[in-house]
Amino acid sequence: MSEQILFKVTIDNITIEVPAGTTVLQAARLIGGQVAPPAMCFYSKLEGSGGKCRTCLVEVSKGSEKDPRPMPKLVVSCRTTVMDGMEVKNITSEKVLDARAGVVEFLLLNHPLDCPICDQAGECHLQDLSFDHGKAETRYEFQRRTFKKHDLGKNIQLHMTRCILCYRCVYTADQLTNKRVHGILDRGDHAEIATHIEKSLDNEFIGNVIDVCPVGALTDKTFRFKNRVWFLKPMDAHRDCPTCSGRVTLWNRGDEVYRVTARKDQWGEIEDTPEGQPGWICNTCRFDKKEAADWIIEGPREISRQSVIAQGHYAGQIGTTKPTEIFAAVNDGRTPHLLMDIHDESEVNLPNVHLGKIQGPSNGDTFNTNNTHKA
Amino acid sequence: MGVKLLIDKANVPGIRTYEVYRREGGYRSVEKALKEMNPESIVEEVKKSGLRGRGGAGFPTGMKWSFIAKPEGVPRHLVCNADESEPGTFKDRYLMEFLPHLLLEGLIVSSFALGANDTYIYIRGEYAWITDILEEAINEAKANGWLGKNILGTGFECNIYVHRGAGAYICGEETALIESLEGKRGNPRIKPPFPAIKGVWQRPTVVNNVETLAAIVPIINMGGEEYAKIGIGRSTGTKLISACGNINKPGVYEIDMTISVEEFIYSDEYCGGIKGGKQLKACIPGGSSVPILPANLLLKTATGETRYMNYESLSDGGFATGSMLGSGGFIVLDEDQCIVKNTLTLARFYRHESCGQCSPCREGTGWMEKILHKIEHGHGTLADIDLLWDIQRKIEGNTICPLGDAAAWPVAAAIRHFRDEFEWHINNPDLSQTSNFGLQHYADPIHVPA
Repeated sequence: MSEQILFKVTIDNITIEVPAGTTVLQAARLIGGQVAPPAMCFYSKLEGSGGKCRTCLVEVSKGSEKDPRPMPKLVVSCRTTVMDGMEVKNITSEKVLDARAGVVEFLLLNHPLDCPICDQAGECHLQDLSFDHGKAETRYEFQRRTFKKHDLGKNIQLHMTRCILCYRCVYTADQLTNKRVHGILDRGDHAEIATHIEKSLDNEFIGNVIDVCPVGALTDKTFRFKNRVWFLKPMDAHRDCPTCSGRVTLWNRGDEVYRVTARKDQWGEIEDTPEGQPGWICNTCRFDKKEAADWIIEGPREISRQSVIAQGHYAGQIGTTKPTEIFAAVNDGRTPHLLMDIHDESEVNLPNVHLGKIQGPSNGDTFNTNNTHKA
Repeated sequence: MGVKLLIDKANVPGIRTYEVYRREGGYRSVEKALKEMNPESIVEEVKKSGLRGRGGAGFPTGMKWSFIAKPEGVPRHLVCNADESEPGTFKDRYLMEFLPHLLLEGLIVSSFALGANDTYIYIRGEYAWITDILEEAINEAKANGWLGKNILGTGFECNIYVHRGAGAYICGEETALIESLEGKRGNPRIKPPFPAIKGVWQRPTVVNNVETLAAIVPIINMGGEEYAKIGIGRSTGTKLISACGNINKPGVYEIDMTISVEEFIYSDEYCGGIKGGKQLKACIPGGSSVPILPANLLLKTATGETRYMNYESLSDGGFATGSMLGSGGFIVLDEDQCIVKNTLTLARFYRHESCGQCSPCREGTGWMEKILHKIEHGHGTLADIDLLWDIQRKIEGNTICPLGDAAAWPVAAAIRHFRDEFEWHINNPDLSQTSNFGLQHYADPIHVPA
């Protein structure tokens, strides 16, 4: 076996040695923390992914030891391999932060920002990204693009309005399953993920597209609106599955299993099994095994991502009882009923007032005067 | 009268057929290349000629050819980029429509130089009738022994296939073209690896413009050094310019890159002046994606020197006061044209043609179009101009392929040079719907009496 060639790379003034062929992003992830650029489309387990979302742009201030010229443009760290002696600026570069703020703005431009009713909220990469790099206000004053929701098979729902076109699900279906039946239709800002003429996705491993989706565009129908992820307690568990590794994370509340996902690492990517294979899980494990008795629980899962799910994570409290519902107790036995089903129609996407017609920042008064007929 | 190397025979009756083309001296370069030269000496000759890619970027062709990887046992490919979709550019169409054999001749020589046996012409879907013309020409060439196995008894095999695109501007980008040729969705690839290393079906590939490949023919016939003597500086040889807009004589002209912009617009040999005796307001000198120039910066550079129709002179002053020769789509705008409307038209085009792969271009092009639409229809605010500027700045250079830049430059240049026209539009929302800003200080320095 030949000796591995190590390249020295300096990212944000921190120098590490990585094997040749490593990408800048992966080198930065080895350093970790703020130095690792955010990535919305890159997924290390999927070949060919990356380069599309442009959030991981970095500045290369020194090409390599041999050729010290800086690269003229910002480069995508997920698809640029390190060179010996390369110097990279991520958060130390104004240019990068400016470009990244621009990319976040572009990504949020047509995003409905319906986090309050979105199942992905709490573990959404776009949420994290906009929290870190986005602005509090939008400069966009036009109608956002909207799509109808589609059921892709009986277990997956596509909410195209939220999609950021990262192509991860397309690569997953391409590389994990024998036959891909969904892809991108159209182009530009009207491009959409679609099955060709409304076929359903029914491959045994297709459920993994839910795990790779960085936003709430592909959601698990067995979990939709059942609970917020930060109220759930993630548990590592496994079962003897004939089709997949059977190593999963259960999301419990009390003894009840609310959903099953693959185990994800701190970058939100599928963890490898001890055999070194990506730990994709099959549809049976994901959608059908919703009883605690189906699983052998290993212990609580450490959530190291900085998102809100880490908040409700009470490590060490295995086997807690289901929390008692207090609504009925405080309301003299009455249970609240829904006044309006907010899940079917979001007013966010159907503004009755054309924001472009309002001079200056719009506020509640403007809205009310323009909508007197509604009162 | 300038030198004409490519289209001088275009008016010969029947030149489209093999017999007439051969009688007029066609396929001499194939004979010379295959019998007297070897691949290395052809590449050397092209390098000496200083020929630069005619598709828009102006990259030296000889250098591009020398980059192609030559691994053992892996076939190489030459792809002719005939997906000419840049608004304002129609030179390749003229070339292919009237001189199909010239392109084939250039392709055979270039394939020989690159060691490519299977060569593809990727033609835009809208050029359906030209596909038929090329197919016809390929059949004629095959019947006369210029294509197929063992050409001229040298053992060199060359097959040319015509592949029709489905009508997407993005497929003119070389890696998107390659994806489309492979039968996939025309999304540009992330570079590196460059096509010279991994192109069509992961094999080393060179993608060249139609005009570039046609220019190989005179280079071989007259020799690279002779070719380099035509033109000026690093802009050697002749260039086809497709002139359109408010001029008296729109059409495809072959120039030797030594004439001035002023001569090109006003001389009767070329555009013949502005139509209706009007005044020149602005010009997009190299196809829709290059920065627009107002008349005062078009005819003279910022330092007061005469601007010539070549790569260097048109880009003199950078993007602040210059533009680019690009693909040679020369669009002239007279005093009656509205820059805001013109910019909106371009922005709409780029929004429609963005592939949607990377976020700045996908979202940014749509955003720019909506803002420009708002300004054009009298609903804009002054803050919108700064917003537009900020959007284009965040798209430029941050995308996978040059479409993002191409979408950003026209908007940037329009705001840079015509900001007061944008402001006038915003400040006079009603007036701007019925009348025009006119010339103001962009007045054409050469006043043509009516």
